[in-house]
Amino acid sequence: MAPIIEMRNVTKVFGGPIGSPKATVALDDFSFAVDSDFPHIITIAGESGSGKTTMMMLILAFYEPSAGQILYNGKDIWKKMSRQETMDYRRNVQAVFQDPFAVYNPFYKVDNLLSIPIKNFRLARTKDETQALMESALRRVGLRPEETLGRYPHQLSGGQRQRIAVARALILQPKLLIADEPVSMVDASLRATLLQHIRDMNQELRIPILYITHDLTTAYHVSDYIVVLYRGGVMEAGDVERVIRDPKHPYTQLLVNSIPWPDPNHLWGEAAEAKRAGTAVLAGCRFADRCPHAFDLCWKEKPELYRTNGSQVAACFLYQSNDKLERKDLGTLFIKK
Amino acid sequence: MNTNVKPVIDIRNLKVYFYVKAGTVKAVDGVTLAIEPGVKLGLVGESGSGKTTMALALMRMVRPPATIEGELFLDGVDILKLSEEEMRRVRLSELAMIPQGAMNSLNPVMRIRDQILDGMIDHGVRMSRSEANQKVEELLDIVELPKKVARMYPHELSGGMKQRVCVAIAISMRPKVLIADEPTSALDVVIQRQVMETITRLVKNLNLSMILIGHDMGLMAQSVDRIAVMYPGKLMEVGDVRDIFAEPLHPYTQALINSLPVLGKRGVFNGIPGVPPSVINPGPGCPFNDRCPKVIEGLCIQKMPPFREIKPGRWVACHLYEGVN
Repeated sequence: MAPIIEMRNVTKVFGGPIGSPKATVALDDFSFAVDSDFPHIITIAGESGSGKTTMMMLILAFYEPSAGQILYNGKDIWKKMSRQETMDYRRNVQAVFQDPFAVYNPFYKVDNLLSIPIKNFRLARTKDETQALMESALRRVGLRPEETLGRYPHQLSGGQRQRIAVARALILQPKLLIADEPVSMVDASLRATLLQHIRDMNQELRIPILYITHDLTTAYHVSDYIVVLYRGGVMEAGDVERVIRDPKHPYTQLLVNSIPWPDPNHLWGEAAEAKRAGTAVLAGCRFADRCPHAFDLCWKEKPELYRTNGSQVAACFLYQSNDKLERKDLGTLFIKK
Repeated sequence: MNTNVKPVIDIRNLKVYFYVKAGTVKAVDGVTLAIEPGVKLGLVGESGSGKTTMALALMRMVRPPATIEGELFLDGVDILKLSEEEMRRVRLSELAMIPQGAMNSLNPVMRIRDQILDGMIDHGVRMSRSEANQKVEELLDIVELPKKVARMYPHELSGGMKQRVCVAIAISMRPKVLIADEPTSALDVVIQRQVMETITRLVKNLNLSMILIGHDMGLMAQSVDRIAVMYPGKLMEVGDVRDIFAEPLHPYTQALINSLPVLGKRGVFNGIPGVPPSVINPGPGCPFNDRCPKVIEGLCIQKMPPFREIKPGRWVACHLYEGVN
């Protein structure tokens, strides 16, 4: 097993040291791995405040973990790395961000966004080579270079800009792509096209992708596996088809029943939620205050990850008689032999 | 649908134009639409299709030099002909709006209680202090918020709670029609569902009509009775929600519904190639002609098809249904 990125017991707190009453725990003892030998699309799903963006920022080394390690090809990214290693890491771990308006400098032509990485990583020797690289990347995401290059960001639509952002990541041929809500600000008719490009990229270039979203309908569509986060902890993880069709954790059940499926014959299911929300849960399960099935143990101890079947785990005491999966081995769930 | 009932909102050939350097922006270009009492209508369209402009035009909040033409009947009265003062009284008391990004439309330095009462007092409702308090409590209760919210400021509330406050303000004078412009777009799925269920319950209990504006077909499928599909400036199709999903007639509606992710068809992506047209100086033809898989050469690019009722309650603007009666 050769994980490209591995997170080992990573905790990130804001606003104070770990354990301080003022600190907010954004991610709590989180372990995860992405294996480049198995280029799957893995969704990290959760509502706002679940820690999904924190996780992305940690992988991109924009935040330093409060505890735990983040390894790139087995090396801790916060220990001293040579310049060569840093460049290698920066090049191979790429991201597409949520807002297709904010990533552009309005004073520069969109070519700038594409040519900077080519220059920084010396991917081309001549201007013609640069041009050829940019054009082939744009074609790959379904844009016509002659209609795109030489324009300013405001002259392009949100969908076009987001596709250029994907093209930028493509130029670098990364080993891991992190897509943070890439379609949430794109119109419905273009959404499917953009997701198709992401899927193609994953399959043709064999790049593993972390798809970060709160939208379970697109997650279901685009990804192979899913990790459901809630208040910084993993609630459920596994094969996306199983998790969405047969969610085991009461939180996932609540989420899945609240998905607005575009089908008048498939209306919102029952929303099982206890109205004790707001009660502080210090020691136990994070979801205990909202959980309709919570019992004594849930308030006292944190549940481990219990296997509900071969490719699905739930952090819930309802399944405590099942086999355990060690938290640090969560990454092994996403490897299909 | 009962066709004998008099519509509460009757829009006839509504046109909203903006004038910019590059030409005329025909944001809403000849929309005809009627809404019966108690009906929830979903107005869907992509960004730039004119759905928010429609909402503003209904409230008559489009300022000159932009122009509104056509007829806009609210309970038989053409509100485009009212004086500004008469129109001001209609807003909130008969026609209320939950604005887009309602969470940011509350005044940060005013207590929730005063913001709820503000509109009512301005519309001449006279109340003693205890009556006012009682009214605020009653409204907060209707939108499922605790009493203590009355004394709070907006920053003390979560997004979902602020949204509920906006709903409370909108229904404070029991309007006939509620216009909700993407009321849940910034909320998480669970909260979105709770807020939406509150809104639909209110609409039912108070027997309001609602226009729900949005781009999320999923939310529409869950919460409205009828759907109107907009494509830059024009209505493409109107019908009952089940009919639209079961048998979309207009090629744009067909492509849109085909592009949606549904349970059971994982990994199938059907995007609509191309991009929506500009609304600045649009051509004479159908706005969808350059992306339409069923385009009729020489006709669709030349002539906008009429928006016709082809069967009771089902309207479509497409040359393919020209002969259908």
